[in-house]
Formats: sequence, C-alpha cells, structure tokens
Amino acid sequence: MRFQLIGVNHKSAPLEIRERLAIPEKRLPDVCRDLTAFPGIEEGMVISTCNRVEVITHTVNGAADLRGFLHTYFQVEPDELDPHLYEFRSKDAVRHVFRVASSLDSMVVGEAQILGQVKEAYATARAVGAVRGQLDQLFSRAFAVAKRVRTETAVGSSSVSIASVAVELAKKIFGTLQGKNVFIVGAGKMSELAARHLMAHGCASIFVANRTYERAIGLAQKFNGQAIKFEDLYATCDRADIVITSTGSPHAIFRREHGEQFLARRKNRPMFFIDIAVPRDVSPDMAKLDGIFTYDIDDLQQAVTSHVADRSKEAEHAEAIIASEVERFEARLHTLDVVPTIVSLQDHLETIRQAEIDRVRGRMGQLTPEQEIAIEALTRGIINKVMHTPITTLKTAARESEATTVVDVVRRLFNLQTKPQVATEPVASETGEKVAVKVEVGTRR
Amino acid sequence: MPLLWLRFALACYFVGLVYAFVALSRTSDLFSRIALHAASLGMVFHFVSLVEVFLSNHVAWASVHNGESLLAFLSMTFFMVIYALYQTTSPGVVVFPVVFFLTFVAAIGEQPVLLTQYVSDKGWLVAHIILIFTGYAALVLSFGASLLYLVQERRLKSKKPTSMISFLPALDVIDQIGYRSLLLGFPFMTLGLITGSVVALTTYGRIDFLDPKILLSLLMWVVYMVMVFTRWNSGWRGRRAAFLATFTVVAALAAWAANYFSAMHRFAS
Repeated sequence: MRFQLIGVNHKSAPLEIRERLAIPEKRLPDVCRDLTAFPGIEEGMVISTCNRVEVITHTVNGAADLRGFLHTYFQVEPDELDPHLYEFRSKDAVRHVFRVASSLDSMVVGEAQILGQVKEAYATARAVGAVRGQLDQLFSRAFAVAKRVRTETAVGSSSVSIASVAVELAKKIFGTLQGKNVFIVGAGKMSELAARHLMAHGCASIFVANRTYERAIGLAQKFNGQAIKFEDLYATCDRADIVITSTGSPHAIFRREHGEQFLARRKNRPMFFIDIAVPRDVSPDMAKLDGIFTYDIDDLQQAVTSHVADRSKEAEHAEAIIASEVERFEARLHTLDVVPTIVSLQDHLETIRQAEIDRVRGRMGQLTPEQEIAIEALTRGIINKVMHTPITTLKTAARESEATTVVDVVRRLFNLQTKPQVATEPVASETGEKVAVKVEVGTRR
Repeated sequence: MPLLWLRFALACYFVGLVYAFVALSRTSDLFSRIALHAASLGMVFHFVSLVEVFLSNHVAWASVHNGESLLAFLSMTFFMVIYALYQTTSPGVVVFPVVFFLTFVAAIGEQPVLLTQYVSDKGWLVAHIILIFTGYAALVLSFGASLLYLVQERRLKSKKPTSMISFLPALDVIDQIGYRSLLLGFPFMTLGLITGSVVALTTYGRIDFLDPKILLSLLMWVVYMVMVFTRWNSGWRGRRAAFLATFTVVAALAAWAANYFSAMHRFAS
C-alpha cells in the first residue's frame, strides 16, 4: 500500500489556482509519462477536471516527492501552491480515491459525471502504461465501490446538478424561461446537460458554437437548434438570454467590451452567463456591467452548498460503505503480499515431494499405473494436510498487522529464497483464496 | 365619519407596514397572506371613507388630506392589480410604508384646503384630481419597483446562497412591474395635466406658464416622458433607471410643493 496522492480541489483551492494547474485532455498522456519517469514513482495517473487536479501514484518507498513534481511540472512557486494542496498516503489515499469516484468529494455530491471523468483519466494512463498492477487494482475497486454507493444509497438519485442550479438561477433572473434562447459555446457534456435542463423548462431555441463546426452541428441537431460558426460567435451571441460556455480556451473569450456590445444590441435586456470552463471563459470584469450576470463554477458551488445539506444523511451512509470498502481493499492487498510466500512454499514442498518419489522409485523398481496413482495421491495428501494450517495462518495473518513477521518466519523456517513473480494483471475476484489460486496457476505455467 | 373609516383603514395598513419590515429579513408565506387580507380589508374601509367624502362635498377632495388619502388608495389598488397579475406581494415592501404614511397624515385631521371655490366646472376638477393621482400612484409603484430591481440585482450579483430564498420575484418580473406601471401612469398624468389646463382656462381664462405650479408640473411631465422614452428606446434598467425614477419622483414632489407658493393652484390661507 505505497499509494500516494496529491492534489487540489474546489474546496482547497480557489478557481485562480485550479486554472493554473488544469491540464488539457490531449496533454494527459505526456503528464502520465513524465510522472512515471519521476524518481521514486512506479505508477501514476492524473485526474484533471474543472473541480480538481489530482496526481495519484504508487511509489517505490511510499515517500516520493510529489510536491516537487507539481512545482517543477507547473512552474509554480511552492509558497503559492502549497497552502492549497492536500496529500494522502496509503489507506487515506485509497479512501480519497473511493470518495472521489463515488462523487462524495464532488462539488455537487452525487453527480454522476465524475465517475466518467475518473474512468477516462484511468484509461488514458493505462494506455501509456503508467497504470499497471497496484493502481489498476485500486481503480478497478474504486469503480466497483462507486457503483455500490450509487445503488445502495440515494446519494446519486436526488443529485442537484450544476444544471438544475443553473435553471434555478435563470429563473431568478428571467422569471419564466418560456421563449428564452440558449447559446452553448463549446460542445461539452456538461453544457449539453445544462442545455437539456433549460430546454425542459421551456427555453425556446438553442444555438451552438464550437471550434470544430461539425461538433456544433451534431449537438445542435440533438436540440433542433442552430449551429453557429465560431467566427460568428460575437455577432450572434446577443440573440441568447442564457449563454453556457465551456471551451478549453486558455484565455477568457467573453470580455467586458463584448458584454457592452451585447447589451447595446439587446437594449439592455439582461444576459446570464453560465461559465463552467476552467480556466474561465468569461472575464471577471463582465460581471461589473449592469444587466450581465455571470456565474462561474465556484459561484455555482456556493449556490448548491445549501442543497448539499439535504443529502448529508445519505452521504453518511455512503461514507460508511466507503470505510468498509477501504478495509476490505487493504485486507486484500495484504493477502496479495503473502501470496508469493504461499506459492514458493508450495513450490518448495512440491520439489521435495518429486525428489523423494524419484528416489523411492529407484528402489522399488517398475510400478503399475495403479501404484503410481496411489503414491502420487498419498504424497500429495500428506503435503496438503501438513500445508493446510500454515497456509491458513498466513492468509489470516495477512489481514492483521503482523503479516510481515509471519511471512518472515515461514520464509526462514523453510529457507525460501527466491520470490516468484507477483501477479500483474487485474484480479477480478474478491477473496484472498481465489486470488491465491490464480497466482499459483500463473506462476506454474 | 370619513375620518373614522380612514383610521380603521390605517390600522389595517399597519399590518402591511409590519409585513414590509419583516419581509426585508425573511420570507413567510403565512405572514404575506395575513398582510394581503389586512390590506384588502383596509381598502374596503378606505373606499367607504372616500365615498363618504365625495358624497358629502366632492370638492373636499381638493383638500390636502383627502388628496393624500386618494393617492394612498390608488397606490393600494395598483398593488392589488400587480398581485393579481404576478402573484407577488413584494412591491408591498415599498408600497405599504408609503401608503401607511399617506393614510397616517390624512387621518390626523384638518389640513390646508386648495382654493377651489372659484372653479366653475366641478366635473373637470374631479377628473383632474383622479387622473393626476392615478399618475402619481403609478409613479410611486414604478419607483418602488426600480428600488426593488436594484436590491434583487445586487443579490444576484453577490452570488450568496441566501439569494436563492429571496422574497423578491425574478428580476425580469420586477422590471416588467416597473415598466408597465410607468407606461400606465403616463397617459393618466398627461390627461391629468390636460384636464388641469381646462380647469385653469375655465376658471382664469388663461394659463400662466410662469406660475411655479404649472412650470414645475410641465417639468415633471417632461421628465416623466424622458423616462418612458429612454426606458422604451434603450431599455435602461438597474441603476440608471433608478436614478431616473428618483429624479421623476423629486420632480413630482416639487410640483406638489408648488401648491404652497403658486398663485393659481394654492392652499387656502
């Protein structure tokens, strides 16, 4: 359990910091490669969403300098970044990963999107080989836990999504949404979701602008909307009352001068900008204009915090599930720790058995097939009987803290030197027993 | 008797006044219903009081306290119309205190009376009074709405979670209330000035444009018109609209104050 995790999220760091750490999707594979090349890191992956940037690793000795990695990678001064960082190790890191995947650490607790984002990050890292044995197991388990939380608690069902908060805010501004126009800038999933909510509440029509025009057309068709070329954005944007923007642009695309133009063309009718992009698409000075209302991802969070309290009970239930899952995962990892010992023990005894049979066979001369089978069964039976208790003890000890001691003692008693290879493929089974069998088979081949 | 009914009405409006102060800090559906019923009851008393005044001597409407009473009643009527249309009692936050104040002053008792004994055509005079006061009431409403707009705009911009449970209606609804009151008030104000001119012409045979009352009334009308025009033409909202509304209300108050030093339209000494 040499997991190490470092990161910032919407609670620990303001948007300004998260903006600077955000990693565009296409750069993720490179980051994963750089991460695994960093001293002391065996496996690593990076989750970068609008609310969090997290580096999750499995390290050589459990004490890799992840802060150092962040400082050098993002070129930020330690003084500036460190106060916003959180760091978790071993069990705490496991718990955190489970909580993130189960959407308990989300801005909107229970929203389903984060699981998809984590899965994508995992797939990216796996594709470049940055995630192998340990992290693979951690995340396979995390996805199972997320599913369990979703099915066993109501955390996800009554989720107050960013989208519904956006609808609520739009209603505070426009009263009714009947006949209002929506403009989506940047065809992302989140903005699509928000648009869907707004349309469900009576918005009249939808415009979509995207840098890739084809994607704009695709999304516009879903809503019977109109695709707009990105160059025509500023010329047409004033037709919308509500603008949902989520582009990957590194700079603000809506600035004060645009807001002034829009207002002049709209005869000062108010406009509502929902900015779910990180870095922000709407410059903060837009909000200073009368009649322009901008809500960025942090503002939306403020608006949803009041709703979060409603779900605290369900969240408690979910936390309990996570706590028990963390224990289970830890126990399983320990079981895996003793598996090599069990395997070498079995191999050792098997060698002895074979040697003894060969020796006896020389003295006894030719044996009938029946006799061969009988001897085989006899010797195997003795070994299995003798081995039963030590193996059970090893497995039990694996779940306790003295696992290492017991393993050491067994290794010394039987003079087990070589370590067989540890299973590197993901192990889908849940109990230590099945895992042991799998590994056993794997090493014998 | 009219004064007694008016005092009953005042007691009812007091509930509305308390509501106005409570609504500033928290939202209570029950209380807003109570305030609404109390205000409706107050309007019944108020109406009885006004009718009695009219029946006894309709020119008595030209007295200051009856004028205030009429303005208060018309403002309440507007408030009720808005409630019927938009299902919101929030303009009460501004309307109730104004109405209470006007009714309170009117209910105290004797006040200066406008010199109307020379007016030959009482019908025009009554029309003039009702029209002008309707215009004033609409202006009060519009002014109130523009203040509420500012409050709501600030709440939305502050982005505090508490703004979610604000007692105020949506920004656009407030805007509509203000704009529609303004549009509605303007023809009344215009017709009120025209009927006033008719009264002046029939009484004095001429209109003295240098008389402070007429000058200030015209000024107020021009300001009002500018306000309607900018609102219609450039859709001014928020701060700019609030400044304009304040300016118009000040102009209206100035026109009212002119009663104290006008030769043609003044209080009896």
